[in-house]
Amino acid sequence: MKRLLFKTVLFALVTIFAIGYGVSKTYAASNTIKVGVVYSMTGPVASFGQSAWQGLQVAKEIMPTALGKKIDLILVDDQGDKVQAANAVNKLIYDNKVDAIIGPLISGNVMSATPIVEKAKIPLITPTGTNPLLTEGKNFISRACFIDPFQGKVAAIYAVKDLHAKTAALVIDSAQDYSVGLAKFFEENFKKLGGRIVAKTFIQTGESNFSAQIASLKPANPQIIYMPCYYQEIALFARQAREFGLKQPILAGDGAAEAALIKVGGAAVNGLTFTTGFAPEAIKTPLGKKFEQAYQAKYHKLPDNFAALSADAYFMLVNAIDRAKSDNPIKINTALRATKNFQGVTGNITLVKGDAIKPAVIEKVENGKFVYVTTINP
Amino acid sequence: MLTTVLQQLINGLSAGSLYALVAIGYTMVYGVLRMINFAHGDILMVGAYLAFFGISAFMLPWWVSFITAIILTGFVGVLVEKLAYKPIRNASRVSLLITAVGVSFFLENLFLVLFGGVPKAFPIAPIFHGVLNYNQLYLPVVSIYTPIVALVLLYMLLYILHHTKYGMAMRSIALDIDTTSLMGINVDIVISLVFFLGSSLAAVGGILWSTQYPSINPLMGIMPGLKAFAAAVLGGIGDVAGAAIGGLILGISEVLIVAFFPSLAGYKDAFAFLLLILVLLFKPTGIMGKELERKRF
Repeated sequence: MKRLLFKTVLFALVTIFAIGYGVSKTYAASNTIKVGVVYSMTGPVASFGQSAWQGLQVAKEIMPTALGKKIDLILVDDQGDKVQAANAVNKLIYDNKVDAIIGPLISGNVMSATPIVEKAKIPLITPTGTNPLLTEGKNFISRACFIDPFQGKVAAIYAVKDLHAKTAALVIDSAQDYSVGLAKFFEENFKKLGGRIVAKTFIQTGESNFSAQIASLKPANPQIIYMPCYYQEIALFARQAREFGLKQPILAGDGAAEAALIKVGGAAVNGLTFTTGFAPEAIKTPLGKKFEQAYQAKYHKLPDNFAALSADAYFMLVNAIDRAKSDNPIKINTALRATKNFQGVTGNITLVKGDAIKPAVIEKVENGKFVYVTTINP
Repeated sequence: MLTTVLQQLINGLSAGSLYALVAIGYTMVYGVLRMINFAHGDILMVGAYLAFFGISAFMLPWWVSFITAIILTGFVGVLVEKLAYKPIRNASRVSLLITAVGVSFFLENLFLVLFGGVPKAFPIAPIFHGVLNYNQLYLPVVSIYTPIVALVLLYMLLYILHHTKYGMAMRSIALDIDTTSLMGINVDIVISLVFFLGSSLAAVGGILWSTQYPSINPLMGIMPGLKAFAAAVLGGIGDVAGAAIGGLILGISEVLIVAFFPSLAGYKDAFAFLLLILVLLFKPTGIMGKELERKRF
């Protein structure tokens, strides 16, 4: 009997605490602005998510409030997977009732999130989703980065003018909208500049054995290899390419801009060049300097493309909330898409129909480090 | 052209022997317990991680680390069987299958929580580093070691199965588990041994895999695991030599797909499963498979 009494009291107490906790949460919520974050913390592009999340936390420390209310970041992992990205966005909108969403990071995942946020009328800003289709005809999608038609053009010009390439081979990740799109824009521009695509091969995210693809590229003997894929596949591809005697320079996109590329690729990625949205050397704005210092103090390394653009997405959102003078999602969205001459971490940002118009940076791997090469303005 | 074809065949042989090593584990467990151990791919991942920590955290020489990792992974396999499968050994096959899927998710997420999702660079011992170059033919030494190691291990396994008491016990359990235990054979120990051998082979596969593709993450076992499963079915699940042959066929045909249909290269992975479906449709017993509920091994 005593036991039963004890159990009943315990049960009652737990219930009361649970309800109390829930109520206090709900009460607290009215004093915060809830921002959902959909990043790939695990899976094939986990390094993107880890960097971006670090950048986001530093950004939040620099600017913790909007309209005098605390900003509450709710992180959901999309595992680098399209289906999980859609689930994450649904959860954030309908369970957590967020006012805005930052992320996802890769184009394919943003693509699967767009119909959901468009329907729910919640503003979404992707830090690094570069495929042009993401914002096309959409009203609630914005981005902090440049778009792939520009990135592909920059890469093609660099390949022809600086690498003096007349022939190129393409390695395309057929599972990623990013890769398929960027390869297309590179090919168009490369041909316009008089270049020829002599071979094309396809891979899939998560694959590790590329020996067959490499053997099929070799007879074409291209002058350069353009591989707009993500760091993991690029690193493993480069290793195997070098082993099998395919020694041509590799050119990549911003999907390569992650330290894991060098960790996994080792000596094989030395000399690899890529277009990206940010290099620490190219920081010019006061906010950028402040961010770089805070980031270095916290993580003892320089911020990378994903950390910086993730911070910019956050700063742009906070700035938009302040200008909207409201935490109403539709008003935030209107203000966000009207962002003009915002001095972000990665430079001056102006949004046109949700797309950021900004310069591209070319970086190179040299002796196990990313080295800044040049900045190309649109 | 000839060199390209030869190069592709060697690539296929090397990939195929990796699948073969993993496929043997599926087939052995199926042989004794009539269950598909879907956690087998994750056991491969555990093996790769243990070898990685042996080298990078405990600073062991690579061969000490590899041997320790292989043995420890064997025990992980035994532990999985004792904790997850043994209590429901007499339940329906479906329950066992679902438990295996559960174990698989558990291992993946445990490693995600413990070590994070960011890929780690697997340290490669110098002797695995080189490339042999003959004319236009390039042979990374790992792709020579892999088939040799696979062949030696396969031979050892077949020897154990056919020339030792425990091997006889395994084959006997495969035929009829109840009768075997009536004969006074300790079935539990023999089943543990099966899991030990299968998991150790998966660890060897995982280590060779990581040496060839030196990026390890907690989800790395899924694809090799599924493909090895396809290979095991192709070869006739339950038959050890069949699993090895299935692995080789799968590896080589994957490479040939890319060589002859370059535009389909992105769907290389899908091919393994297409093959699996075709085998299940037209010859469910696989290449070496015999009447389904009779002979094993």
